[in-house]
Amino acid sequence: MEDTEMFENLPYYILQQYWWIIVSLLGALLVFLTFVQGGQTLIYAIGKNESERGILVNTLGRKWEFTFTTLVTFGGAFFASFPLFYATSFGGAYWVWMIILFFFVIQAVSYEFRKKPANFLGARTYETFLFLNGAFGTILLGTAVGTFFNGAMFSINDMNQVNWETPYRGLEAVLTIHNVALGLSVFFLSRILGALYFLNSVESEMVEKRSRQQVIYNTIPFLVCFLFFLVRLLLMEGYGYEAETGVVFMEKFKYFHNLIRMPVVAVMLLAGVVAVLWGIGVAVWKRSGKGIWFSGAGTVLTVLSLFLLAGFNQTAFYPSVFDMQSSLTIENASSSKFTLVAMSYVSLFVPFVIAYIWWFWKAMNNKKVTAEEISEDSHAY
Amino acid sequence: MLETIDLSLVNWSRAQFALTAMYHWIFVPLTLGLSFIIAFMETLYVKTGDPEWKKITKFWMILFGVNFAIGVATGIILEFEFGTNWSNYSWFVGDIFGAPLAIEGILAFFMESTFIAIMFFGWNKVSKKVHLTATWLTAIGANLSALWILVANAWMQYPVGMEFNPLTARNEMVNFWSVLFSPVAVDKFLHTTSSGFVLAAIFVIGISAWFMLKKREIAFARKSMMVAAIFGLLSSVYVAFTGDTSARHIATTQPMKFAAFEGLYNGSEGAGLIALGVMSTTDTDPSNENLMDFNMKIEIPNILSYMAYMDWNAFVPGVNDLVRGNAKYGIMSAAEKTERGKHAILKLKEFKEAKASGDVTKAEMLKAEFTSPDFRENYFRYFGYGYIADPNLLVPSVPLSFYSFHIMVGFGFYFIVFFILVLVYLVKGTLERRRGFLRLAIWTIPMVYIASQAGWIVAEVGRQPWVIQDLMPTVAAVTKISTSAVQVTFWMFAVIFTTLLIAEIKIMLRQIKTGPKTDGGHRNV
Repeated sequence: MEDTEMFENLPYYILQQYWWIIVSLLGALLVFLTFVQGGQTLIYAIGKNESERGILVNTLGRKWEFTFTTLVTFGGAFFASFPLFYATSFGGAYWVWMIILFFFVIQAVSYEFRKKPANFLGARTYETFLFLNGAFGTILLGTAVGTFFNGAMFSINDMNQVNWETPYRGLEAVLTIHNVALGLSVFFLSRILGALYFLNSVESEMVEKRSRQQVIYNTIPFLVCFLFFLVRLLLMEGYGYEAETGVVFMEKFKYFHNLIRMPVVAVMLLAGVVAVLWGIGVAVWKRSGKGIWFSGAGTVLTVLSLFLLAGFNQTAFYPSVFDMQSSLTIENASSSKFTLVAMSYVSLFVPFVIAYIWWFWKAMNNKKVTAEEISEDSHAY
Repeated sequence: MLETIDLSLVNWSRAQFALTAMYHWIFVPLTLGLSFIIAFMETLYVKTGDPEWKKITKFWMILFGVNFAIGVATGIILEFEFGTNWSNYSWFVGDIFGAPLAIEGILAFFMESTFIAIMFFGWNKVSKKVHLTATWLTAIGANLSALWILVANAWMQYPVGMEFNPLTARNEMVNFWSVLFSPVAVDKFLHTTSSGFVLAAIFVIGISAWFMLKKREIAFARKSMMVAAIFGLLSSVYVAFTGDTSARHIATTQPMKFAAFEGLYNGSEGAGLIALGVMSTTDTDPSNENLMDFNMKIEIPNILSYMAYMDWNAFVPGVNDLVRGNAKYGIMSAAEKTERGKHAILKLKEFKEAKASGDVTKAEMLKAEFTSPDFRENYFRYFGYGYIADPNLLVPSVPLSFYSFHIMVGFGFYFIVFFILVLVYLVKGTLERRRGFLRLAIWTIPMVYIASQAGWIVAEVGRQPWVIQDLMPTVAAVTKISTSAVQVTFWMFAVIFTTLLIAEIKIMLRQIKTGPKTDGGHRNV
């Protein structure tokens, strides 16, 4: 029965690393898929009349559920593989997560309800919902992920029960500029990706022209925020832990050290950033519609490498600035070996899932979206 | 560690979960059932090539889409609420509960969301057969999504396949298959999804009845009704069957819930079933306000004993037997269970202290004791009781459980008769003339929604105070946060969900009034 025990024979720490990679990959795909959110904030900037806005909404409307489902799966996978993080962060940083969820609730109905007759709130309200989701969803998600590096105010007792040590319940994260810089980076990146997606999928000269302008406008603040975030990250102190005892300690240039010790991650990060810029470059200078693929892949690589910097090489991925020893690591926050093994078998389905999503994407995007197509579609948004 | 928990926090956290779960459940059952009804209709279209079936499929698909969007909106909150409002619970059982949730995301949600897009937008992009496949996969994906969350819920009602690890202070999974195929999980899945099929069938019949009353779209209405009535009849019989086996499981796994929804205060041999009962609103048992006296009841002797244990004379314990204990029938009192639970909690603390002070020998000894089969069976099993200060807190609201259960069962039997009548009148061709019955068909729509919600009230209120049966009460599971924070989010979600529900109903009513179109729908841009 050797072949049926492919995961059982792996050591616990390898399974923990495997699941950190999966969670990181889901997080990375989620950031790529926020092109939907970014696009939602550009509906009025790019669409100057009802017809153009209709095209944009419908173009995004065929993809929004992927982003949403990826968010749900990211949450589910995090819960299943690192339940102590789920218990700590969601219960602790209550307000941040509740506000993020609220902005995703109002997104979920907006496409379907926007143009339906008798929709109670009117099309403009649903478009505002889409804008709010696009802006706050991305900024707050990015800011929340910033706490993976800058830490949060919690303590955990010997029964693994959590106490949040500030009454602001997560809102305090916005007081750390470094967190906000990541939040804004995600926001501007999502707008770049959204504009690149329009360039790829919409057939309209004016939409293309304005999308290209938006790529340029958003690249500048993105670079400022992201470079600030990255440089500061590589210079800052981080939370390491000893392999044997699990004791957490401060280490100068922790993330820079992580980068040096994990050259694969360093290469991924570099390749990711270059690919994001390459995508922007081909869209702006070569007027190509393929920018989304370069920038998208670059986004996945960049975010994945940031997650790996946060959790690998004996680093606490969710540090506590209140009580250093309460910090969460992929070792102390994970599920049992049995559960990780069971779920690892389920993870074998992931390539299959990606394959049918890919097939679907090709089948549905084989030609660009036009105004005529939407006016003929019985299920247009 | 629990002394500081305010009961109002527990109640508001429960209220918020109940609010979001009940709103979610307005939309989910229709999605579960209507997805299959649409798939049947489209199959008939592909088989016969009759454009009338395409028109029918597309009409119901529009209503499906409106309903689906708001189901998604209300669903995301539920997933994250386990963490935000029940964080101690998230850790205590995350090792088991998280896995179904992750599997749901990876396997079911992606299937549903990918193929639903083909279903809506793919009419002119993929072939007829590929489209039909996508429609079927959407239905299967939707119902698969329900499988995993129901497995997780069943595990909370009947925790199996795990062992408590004192080192990490949590339950850890040791057998995935016994979690997935626990009899409670299987029954819960079948009962819940088939109840969704019944709801959707009544939804289709009720709306079709409105068209008949208005003398519009008669052929469309007849065809829709035929598909829905056959599907509904089969499903409703199945709901009754799985309901019966569910009740039998509850009698043994959650006897307090069983006693509460049957309104059985004092147990007896050959216990009678209260078929109908009205409780007093003022006269209560002085020891517990959850125990209301019956003003009127119609009782059928011996039936309850047979229902619960397949034995006409078996002893069925009542609420009082379970609280006070009943030595004759070997039922332990709540006070004794509480003592044992406290003992288990104390041992765990001692173990933690020994561990913290570096006393390895003592820690090892305590760990061995804690994990011994004897300790598990006689002490850890009652772990949650250690948090219960007053045995009366172990009794759920009997009136709410009793009425919800009887409303659910009563309507359930009515639906079977209803489907039979629809089919008979359809076959005889007299349905269009029976205007009173058509009106009744429309009124059956709210009835099925009430029955469906009542089912969840029985399941969730009936198991109070447990988040995990016997192991963790709500008071130990809740996130420590200010009550006012939960109140704010409660009202935030109450307002937004109510607003969206109003929007959904208005949109649906307009779509229904507009009626089916040969072209499929309206133009939007």
